[in-house]
Parts: sequence; structure tokens; C-alpha cells
Amino acid sequence: MNKRFEGTATYVAEDDLALAVNAAVTLQRPLLIKGEPGTGKTQLAQEIAEAMGMPLIEWHIKSTTKARQGLYEYDAVARLRDSQLGEERARDIGNYIVRGKLWEAFEAEARPVLLIDEIDKADIEFPNDLLQELDRMEFYVYETQQLVEARHRPVVVITSNNEKELPDAFLRRCFFHYIRFPDRETMAKIVDVHYPDLKKDLLREALEAFFAVRDVPGLKKKPSTSELLDWIKLLVAEDIPASALREKDPRKSIPLMHGALLKNEQDVHLFERLVFLDRRNAR
Amino acid sequence: MLVDFFFLLKRAGLPVSITELLALQGALARNLAGYRVDEFYFLARTCLVKDERHYDRFDRVFGAYVEGADEVFDLLGGDVPDDWLRRQAELLLSDEEKAKIEAEGGWQALMDKLRQRLAEQRERHEGGNRWIGTAGTSPFGAAGYNPEGVRIGQQGGRNRSAVKVWEQREYRNLDSERELGTRNIKLALRKLRRFAREGAADELDLDDTIGATARNAGWLDIRMRPERHNAMKLLLFFDVGGSMDPYVRLCEELFSAARSEFKHLEYYYFHNCVYESVWRDNYRRHAERTPTIEVLRTYGKDYRVIFVGDAAMSPYEITVAGGSIEHWNEEPGTVWMGRILEHFPRAIWLNPEPQRYWPQTASTQIMRELLSDRMFPLTLDGLDDAVHELRRSTIPPLLN
Repeated sequence: MNKRFEGTATYVAEDDLALAVNAAVTLQRPLLIKGEPGTGKTQLAQEIAEAMGMPLIEWHIKSTTKARQGLYEYDAVARLRDSQLGEERARDIGNYIVRGKLWEAFEAEARPVLLIDEIDKADIEFPNDLLQELDRMEFYVYETQQLVEARHRPVVVITSNNEKELPDAFLRRCFFHYIRFPDRETMAKIVDVHYPDLKKDLLREALEAFFAVRDVPGLKKKPSTSELLDWIKLLVAEDIPASALREKDPRKSIPLMHGALLKNEQDVHLFERLVFLDRRNAR
Repeated sequence: MLVDFFFLLKRAGLPVSITELLALQGALARNLAGYRVDEFYFLARTCLVKDERHYDRFDRVFGAYVEGADEVFDLLGGDVPDDWLRRQAELLLSDEEKAKIEAEGGWQALMDKLRQRLAEQRERHEGGNRWIGTAGTSPFGAAGYNPEGVRIGQQGGRNRSAVKVWEQREYRNLDSERELGTRNIKLALRKLRRFAREGAADELDLDDTIGATARNAGWLDIRMRPERHNAMKLLLFFDVGGSMDPYVRLCEELFSAARSEFKHLEYYYFHNCVYESVWRDNYRRHAERTPTIEVLRTYGKDYRVIFVGDAAMSPYEITVAGGSIEHWNEEPGTVWMGRILEHFPRAIWLNPEPQRYWPQTASTQIMRELLSDRMFPLTLDGLDDAVHELRRSTIPPLLN
């Protein structure tokens, strides 16, 4: 319980992130994580669970998800059907209460990590509906008149992609951390964690190309960490030498396999045009 | 002692509350931060700041607080213009130069000197060896030192732990007014939605039917309800041509976003100021015009009105009959604006020009007064404020 989180063998956590996680774990408050797509927000919860040896419970939010579904649902249809068939179990309403993820987390044997993924996908009122439950870590089941209390206050990790602003009352109860896009040094570490055997020169050239692509102004979707890792995987699989990334031939000036980095047709066009202009100016 | 810090944050406009201060105290009591100021900084940020857009502001306040100087806080309230610091030339300091900086008194002295010079210097500066700017050999500026990326004389190691993190202000770009994209506009406009179930109950309410039937022990109990739709009605007036040309793209984005979000959306164009007629098709604007009075008759008071324009014109175009540059207008623009605002109590003006230029244009001031200050910049923040204003249920109708 008093273990400190410092990243894992497969996850590089910077000092500020580790501190935020430790603060949230110790003070038992939800931790809200934001950041560019592909900076490992969702993965963080998995890594915390692994590093601290806790079970992980994931609740993925969709636009139609209601806060109530995280607690429990009363399956009235099943009960109706059973009662028509004259089944005995229809007499007990408790048989038709379906537990949600939050209930699951509250009932867990050991202190679990509860991931509420992409909370901003849900309705604007969603976070407000969970205030009390996350604050007191308890809720009331009206159908069975039963109070569900958390046996161990779970470590709650909430991720958001900034699609909606979250209500102030909710924010006040959370700790917040924004995962910055990694700088070159950190990025090298991250790649190293995933591909320990990567040749140094290939890594250098790949990072060079990667940050150059990210710096292109006007890209609709900048490549992120996960795209870099995919790209390197491709490069390794195809056994491409580092020198090939530094191609001087204008016709091949686009990084090889750029499809892994640029996911948008317009971005590829824009990039090609910029490279072309660049060549022409250089002459 | 954190109370002072807390109030500094409040003064800087950060939305901090007592709950958060207590959380920070709690964390400190649990010894989470250790004894390094860096750790305290991270912890304080985690506890107190809930939006990455506020990171930059927080960094500035924190810097001032740690220095323990209130005056500095006020000084930094005024911004260091970005382009002073934009690196136009990369100048790497040699070992010799680094030694020289050490000789000048090291880090702390540099920082104080920078503040002092910031206070003296009022213009952008390039080259030379004293003022702050780029490509010079002054200790401040590109590659030497700038408040965005402090990398001076620090060799090796991770500069984030070696140098004061908050001084780097890495989150600078995230501070509020970011560029608008259709997606962002849509999200901002989405707050304007007002769902309502109106009209005849012609939709089967499945959940309620099932619930009612189940509660009824199996006797079918059908429940109906009216369809739910966005009841917000919007009327847009776009300024086109002339000084609006640079903002065409921005206006297009706003228009396409609004169009996909609202079913009840009507739009008209005008030039500079609204007079007795407006038009819907820019190609045929001389042939097909709609009298403004007809617009007022057609759309009810429940429409929200948004004007989009830079309001930059000769003041006579608003205030004087015949002031229009395109035709002879019998009545001045003020009269027509007054009529529109009286008919539609919920109206605002979005201005794509940066807000700091507004006071320099007399016509913008006049327009602002006409709208009782309901003019907002066409940025994400401005749009948020505008939407908030439009959502307010009662707005005192404009008299005169």
C-alpha cells in the first residue's frame, strides 16, 4: 500500500506524473489525466495496477453511457419474462440487479485500480452524477434498500480527451495531471523500453525524422508516441538501415513507411508539398 | 503560509477553491513532497490546477511566490512578447561564454538582471549585447536565456530537475486563446443546445413502458412522449467583403460548425453595417435582397442573433443617414441596429479582430455601445463567453 509508483519496465513515468499518482494513491482521491492522444493515458492505469500489484477494473465510457450503469442496473425485462413463466426467482428483486463496474470495484477483495476511460465522451452531466459516489465511495440501491460501501477505496484513474469541459465541482474533487508530449530525451527512453535492442543510429535517425514531422506546421493530426512505436516496429520488421532514413534523393525524401506516422491524406499531401518546396529552396 | 500563495493564485485568476488548498495541505502533511522545491511545485500543481490551460499562469505565480516578491508578480502580469524570444538564430554558448556568465554572478544574478531589464526595455530587440532579444550575445534571449527555455550554463543532467521548472513555462501555448477549428467551435456551440420535448406525444417511450409494465406486474402499460430535439433557434448575420477578407476562413469554420449543430439556423449577409436590407446569396446580392423589416417579421423573439463582423468602418457609416459606402441609406445604421436588437433581445456580436485593437477603432466602440458591450472576440474563449451570454434567459432589452 505504501509502495511508490515510479513507472514500470514497460512504461516511462516522469517525476511529475509519478508524484501525481502517488499523491492520488495516498490521499485516496481520483486522478484526472489529460494529454494529447497517444501519450499513454489509458495505459497509465494498467501500469499502476501492475506496479502496485492491484487488480484493474476498466470502465470504458461511451456517448450513451449513464452514470447509473456504473453502479447497477435493474433488469426489469428479465424479471417480467420470468414472472410470466412463473419462475420462483422473480419474487426476489435482488436477482435482477446487475452490478456495474463501480460496485465491482467497491466489492473487490483487495484495493483495486478503477479506470474510468474517456469520461468526456459521456453526457455533460455524467461527472456530476458520480460526485457523491466517488467522494464517499458508497451508494444506495433503492430496489433492494441496500447500502453498498467500498471495502477498500479504489485508486480511481480518469482519462479525458478534452472533448467537453468537466464541471468545476467534479474537478475540485480530483487531482489533475496533464501528460506533456515527451521531449527527445524521454522519447528515446520510451523507445528503449519497448525496443531494447534497437540500434543507436537507427533510433537517432528515426527520432530525428519523427520530430521533424511533428514540427511541420498545419498538420491535422500530429504523430504521437504510439505512432512512433508502430513506425519503429515496421522499420525493424523490414530491417531498414538507418542510412535509408536520411535519403537525399528528393523523390524518396518522405520518410519510409510514413503511413504509420501520418494518418491523414491531407497531411501526407501537405508534407510532400513542403518537402518539395524545401528542396527547391535549397538549390 | 500557503494562504498567501493561495490568494496570489486567486488574484491571477486561477479558479482555486478551499477544497483544493486543504487537499494540498493534506498531501504536505503526508510528506508526499519531500523537501525539494521541485516536488512541491509538482504537488501544488497537481492539487490546485485542474486545466492545462492554466499551467502557464500557475507557473508564473509560482515563480513569483518562490521569489517572495509581490512586485515581481505585478511586473510579470504584463507579458513578455513572444517574438522577442522566438529563436531566429541558434547561437550556442561556448564554454568560455558560460564561464563568463558564471563570472557575472551566476544564475540568481542573471535572473534578477533579466527582471530589471524587462522593466526597462519596452521594444523588441535583435542583435546587440545588452537588450533582451534573439541572436545576440546578451545573456538574455535566444540560446542564452529566455523565460521559455532556460538552458543556460547547465551542463548534462535533466534540465527539468536542474533548472527551475516553472520558469520554463512550457505550457505557454496552452494558455486560453488557442486557434479555432471546426471541432472546437462545434463543442463551444454545443453548449447552446437546448433540448426540449415539444409537440404531440408520438414516440413510444420504451424505457418508461417497460418500467411501467413491469411495475404493473405484467399488464401492458404503454407510455408515449413527444420527440426530443434541439429547440435552439439561431439567426446569423455575416459581414462580408472589404476588411473581412482576412477572416473568411474563420467565418467559414464558424458557419459550417453552426450549420451542423443547429436545425433552426438562418443566415444573412451584410456589408459593414446592417441597413434596410440584407441578402442571402453573395453572387446575386444586388438582385435579390431581403428587407430587414421582413427578417424581423419572419423570425420570432425566441431566435438568438449572432452578428459576425469586424465592425471596422467609418463611424459615419453607423451614425449618419446616407453614410453607407454602397448606396444611399435613408436611415442611419444605428436605427436599424436598434430595431434588430429591440426585436431580438438575445443578440451578440462576434468580432474576429483581436480584442486589443478594438479600442483603436471608433466604429467598433460605437457598435459595442449599441450592443451594450455584448461584443466578443472570435476565439474559443470569446465564443464561450458569447454562448454563455446567449444562454442567459433574461437580458434587459436595449432602449433608445
